[in-house]
Amino acid sequence: MSKTPKTAAPASNKLQRRPFVADILKHRGNGLVVTGLGSPTWDLSAAGDRPDNLYSWGGMGLAIPTALGLAMAEPDHRVLAMTGDGEMMMGIGSLAVVADQAPKNLAILVLDNEHFSETGKQKGLTGNRVDLCAVAKGFGIRETMLVTEDSQKDELGRFLFQAQGPIFAVAKIAITEDPWRLPEKDSAAIARRFKISLGLEKP
Amino acid sequence: MAAKAAAAAAHWSDDVFREMKAREINTVCTIPDGGLTRLLLQIENDPAMRLVTLSTEEEGMGIVLGQWLGGKRAMVAMQSSGVGNCINALGFPAAHRAPCLLLVTMRGQWGEFNPCQISMGQAVRPALEAVGVRCYPVDKADEIGETFAAAADIAFNSSISAAVLVSQRVIGAKGFGQK
Repeated sequence: MSKTPKTAAPASNKLQRRPFVADILKHRGNGLVVTGLGSPTWDLSAAGDRPDNLYSWGGMGLAIPTALGLAMAEPDHRVLAMTGDGEMMMGIGSLAVVADQAPKNLAILVLDNEHFSETGKQKGLTGNRVDLCAVAKGFGIRETMLVTEDSQKDELGRFLFQAQGPIFAVAKIAITEDPWRLPEKDSAAIARRFKISLGLEKP
Repeated sequence: MAAKAAAAAAHWSDDVFREMKAREINTVCTIPDGGLTRLLLQIENDPAMRLVTLSTEEEGMGIVLGQWLGGKRAMVAMQSSGVGNCINALGFPAAHRAPCLLLVTMRGQWGEFNPCQISMGQAVRPALEAVGVRCYPVDKADEIGETFAAAADIAFNSSISAAVLVSQRVIGAKGFGQK
């Protein structure tokens, strides 16, 4: 039996999350973005506030199910779920549900720094043996992409917002000290503004 | 004879299914339960409806929220043991002031055979109420349809979380061919 290789070299975690996310989102168009709680939410907020940003303040493990429900309800919009490696692991089974429902408009991006950066940078599960792209493939997600270089970001942006879903990408980001960029904290206000932007509620 | 046949054909699942259709609840997320078999089949066989099989029940809270954000109605159907998996997740649609409707078939309640079902069976209602979910227990088959309708209306019209708890007395205890 052969040894399972590591998923990426240790030095591969070098992407700087804030400018990286901002550059990816330049490909967004009218795409809807749902984040996982913590750093991905601050990243989205830092990239520029928009009413069609669904920031998350809780529900660890629910970013992908929420984006899936939205993608099924809004088939004419691209939906991007952007979350961290810890949140992804907690909801890992939801990738099977995504593959099973197979929404063509759903993309998932995991910002993977292999640590729980919000709670004190404890080691996570994706830094050693766990290969998230292989897991996603195994669940039946159509296409996956592993990103370790800044030069891949345009390709990643096109992949996430144009390729037929469901698709899954992992970006190996560095552990960085970024200032908090807290968006609106009232989830009901976030949701209401979001629905107004889709024309589903009156302003 | 004819009355007996009609009684045999009438099933609470048909009443619930009719109330779902009347309210355009077109997506039902589930980890199945034996007591839900007939209803889940009806949903699966209806081309206007979508049955979403989950890997764990709490995913349903995210899907229901996402559906509501996109202007659609969804709900979750599960066995009582699954309620335990949902407690933290139930805070998520609630924080967004999104409706969250649950249909729960009870175990561990009425002639239960399996000791592992007992503790969660007892905890379902207090646990749901502790996180702010309105509970509508029902133990008569012919009252399930109207109970479901009332719970669905309060959930979707007042944008809150509500759970219909269908008693094991209605479903019947599993025997596993007891010796």
